[in-house]
Amino acid sequence: MTYIVKPKLHHPGLATNKLGFTHRDYEGRISTLCAGCGHDSISAAVIQACFELDIEPHRVAKLSGIGCSSKTPDYFLGQSHGFNAVHGRMPSVLTGANLANRELIYLGVSGDGDSASIGLGQFAHCLRRGVNMVYICENNGVYGLTKGQFSATADRGSKSKVGGVNKDEPIDLVSLAILLGATLVARSFSGDRKQLVPLIKAAMSHRGSAVLDIISPCVTFNNHTGSTKSFDFVRDHNEAVNRLDYLPAAKEITVDYEEGATEIVRQHNGSVLKLVKLRPDYDPGSRVAAMAYLQDRYEAGEIATGLLYLDPEPQNLHEHLGTIDTALNRLTQEELCPGVDALEAVNAEYR
Amino acid sequence: MQPISATNDFVVKFANVNGSGSASANELFARAIMRMGVPVASRNIFPSNIQGLPTWYEVRVTSEGWQGRRGGVDLMVAMNPQTWDKDVASIDPGGYLLYDSTKPFPAAKFRKDVTLLPVPLTELCNRAFSDPRQRQLFKNIAYIGALAFLLGIEADAVEWLIAEQFEGKPKLIAPNLQALNLGHDYARENLKSACALKLACTDKVGNRLFIGGNEAAALGCVWGGATVCAWYPITPSTSLPEYFAKHCKRFRVDPISKKNRFAIVQAEDEIAAIGMVVGASWNGVRAFTATSGPGISLMQEFFGFAYYAEVPAVVFDIQRGGPSTGMPTRTQQSDLLLAAYAGHGDTKHVLLFPEDPHEAFAFAADAFDLAERLQTPVFVMMDLDIGMNDWLCKPFVWDKNRKLDRGKVMTAKELEAGKTFGRYLDVDGDAIGYRTLPGTHPSKGAYFTRGSSHDGSARYTEEGTVYVAGMERLLKKFETAKSLVPKPVTRPAKEKAKCGAIYYGSTSGAMDEALDALERQGLYVDALRVRAFPFSEEIVDFVSAHESVFVLEQNRDAQLQKLIVNECAIDPARFISILHYDGTPITARFITGAIADHMKLAKAKEAAE
Repeated sequence: MTYIVKPKLHHPGLATNKLGFTHRDYEGRISTLCAGCGHDSISAAVIQACFELDIEPHRVAKLSGIGCSSKTPDYFLGQSHGFNAVHGRMPSVLTGANLANRELIYLGVSGDGDSASIGLGQFAHCLRRGVNMVYICENNGVYGLTKGQFSATADRGSKSKVGGVNKDEPIDLVSLAILLGATLVARSFSGDRKQLVPLIKAAMSHRGSAVLDIISPCVTFNNHTGSTKSFDFVRDHNEAVNRLDYLPAAKEITVDYEEGATEIVRQHNGSVLKLVKLRPDYDPGSRVAAMAYLQDRYEAGEIATGLLYLDPEPQNLHEHLGTIDTALNRLTQEELCPGVDALEAVNAEYR
Repeated sequence: MQPISATNDFVVKFANVNGSGSASANELFARAIMRMGVPVASRNIFPSNIQGLPTWYEVRVTSEGWQGRRGGVDLMVAMNPQTWDKDVASIDPGGYLLYDSTKPFPAAKFRKDVTLLPVPLTELCNRAFSDPRQRQLFKNIAYIGALAFLLGIEADAVEWLIAEQFEGKPKLIAPNLQALNLGHDYARENLKSACALKLACTDKVGNRLFIGGNEAAALGCVWGGATVCAWYPITPSTSLPEYFAKHCKRFRVDPISKKNRFAIVQAEDEIAAIGMVVGASWNGVRAFTATSGPGISLMQEFFGFAYYAEVPAVVFDIQRGGPSTGMPTRTQQSDLLLAAYAGHGDTKHVLLFPEDPHEAFAFAADAFDLAERLQTPVFVMMDLDIGMNDWLCKPFVWDKNRKLDRGKVMTAKELEAGKTFGRYLDVDGDAIGYRTLPGTHPSKGAYFTRGSSHDGSARYTEEGTVYVAGMERLLKKFETAKSLVPKPVTRPAKEKAKCGAIYYGSTSGAMDEALDALERQGLYVDALRVRAFPFSEEIVDFVSAHESVFVLEQNRDAQLQKLIVNECAIDPARFISILHYDGTPITARFITGAIADHMKLAKAKEAAE
């Protein structure tokens, strides 16, 4: 019922967060995606994460590219500025926006076509630079808006709805992200809200490039038997390495945890990530170990999910460039233009 | 053949091998002449190569201060055996040839109508220096020494410049002076008064600057308040962002924190560069990129986006020879149509055409005002000739009362006060809506920027009438642009003229001189220099007022003329194209000859009738 306008009335008993906002204040327009689309579950998880993090909606800038996934920023955070870039180029626009104002939270939303095919170059380079952002790839292995062609993340041997078999090697965005310098990398599943929400919260409080590769089945074109991105296949092959609890900065850690089975990581902003280890030998602090583990599980036909890599003290692009702490877009003319006397001095040097 | 005799008015051309260290010596020569108060116009003609291929440097000595190329060569310094034959052939009859006479040349390699100025440069330097690299490098300084004697450059001027150049490396001053004297003394003892080209001190340089257009534009970006630069290396634009970095380090570091009030990112390609510019501009800073033709080709999709979503952006196109890779180190004005209509679908963009580094500075700063006022991309159409050559030009000016025009941005206060916000609503009648910056207000003014069709409130729509209204508003906005961009400059002939001439950009220097030369031949032409697109009505009036109009361009297809015909609905038969596009800057002699031929032919036809 995509043509229906959302009612603005709130139920008087709706819970509010520290800012006095309800859940509804973090919503956007009604989704125009297919009923049951995995992407809508991700939008709901974003809404829940922002609500629980007490984020002011207008302090988030949401940017996307082109495709089904890139439509979703219209469906959450209606009080945030949004930007639908051209296909595959969200990372560059987000980078520029971030350079202009480092004080906002940048949420990039993309899909597997937008990130792994046309936009692979920009995906790679924004991570190399350490742009402070959350980069969500809503990964369903197909082009939805053009009706079901394989994307570059489709697994070899995966069958399309009309019976074709994908022969090309898939691109694993998680492995690439770790290789290219992303400092928080996770994989999750749109059908597992319990896993997803804490990961989004961890990513939004991370001060570097955070990449979330979220497998999000396409109910219309890629949810059949033979697809490796269907709800059934992902549920059957999902191997979570850990379970994450996100604890905000001020909160004292009172939760009891079993030595060796749980790891506590404090992020730069003070927030605490409590990781319950489901694979006792998995170390999310090691790039090398993460890469080896991912390859191993891929060979076994399984999908490793959870927080796969984390550097809790990352350097981001602004630190690399040495930019001032103030947002560049707040500088005044006096701070920007050297003025008449300085120009006279320059003139004198070229005579 | 009488040797050419001239004072303060001749052309010296240096033929060198790329990577041999000639560039700084040749520039020293040009600067020394200017220190004598004599204006020069210099051109670097170089290959797309780091070492080994031919390169030329032309120094035009011009008491009148003409900034274009004259054409022809009076004195050739032939240091490159690869191009010897062509170089010797290009000397004007009665001209001079200075060459390295260490090894004998067969007589057939010379011309009878050219005076020889042999200097055994290799021998002199091999005798004086032991280091092989120095032996090579100081040959360049030695020929400058010989020229200094032959032409009468004040020794003080050169020595002073050498001292300035090696301020940080004082050890190099003595050997440079030694090399200079080697050439100077050899010429004094052996060539004596063989050369009748002379320099005499004047005061014609005045307060002018000697600077390249890329550096001038970079300074314009600093003064214009640009903070974000995203770019990808491409000749001939690369030095613009590099100069921006240099001047930002001087003028834009926060005095207390020592942190930068600017951000410069070398992007992975031109698409990412323009994407960053669009993202940064959307978020409220002044951002720019600098590129050349191939980069403009790659950026097309974003130009269409920024036009339609109405995001400011400033783009410097330092044009080079196209199509494709073309001639990367040669100049052309061949991206006009590409830039004017960049992007798929119906698009039009604002273009500015600076004539020299002075205007490159001014238009760079203006471009940001225009881009933010009009909420659209603005192209500063320079070329290699302006960008990479040093020009003698008027000093840069800045009005102390100037306020940067940041355009229509609705503030939190205005939103709070209840001012109606609709991103694409034409509330002021100039077809420009108000924008808000991300993060402005908790509950008002948020909108979605998109390249898909949208209504006045930035909501997605596929409603035909709404789409058409938006596209018509953009046309109306282009009319608003017409009133804001720099007006054309006219130069009426001294007597009533039937013919007009339209020109733009780097053609200006040669054109000034050609108009002067034509007048001396009794050929009168009114001239108009186009400085921006969209075109002013003045251009239409100018064409209507003349029987025929020459359009001078440095491209094959008469791109400006086509743009005028297309946009102003003028009969193409009124125009006569004069096109120079071999990659070297257009010369005054070429323009004078082409226009004179046409006018004389027309006169003869008239007489016959």
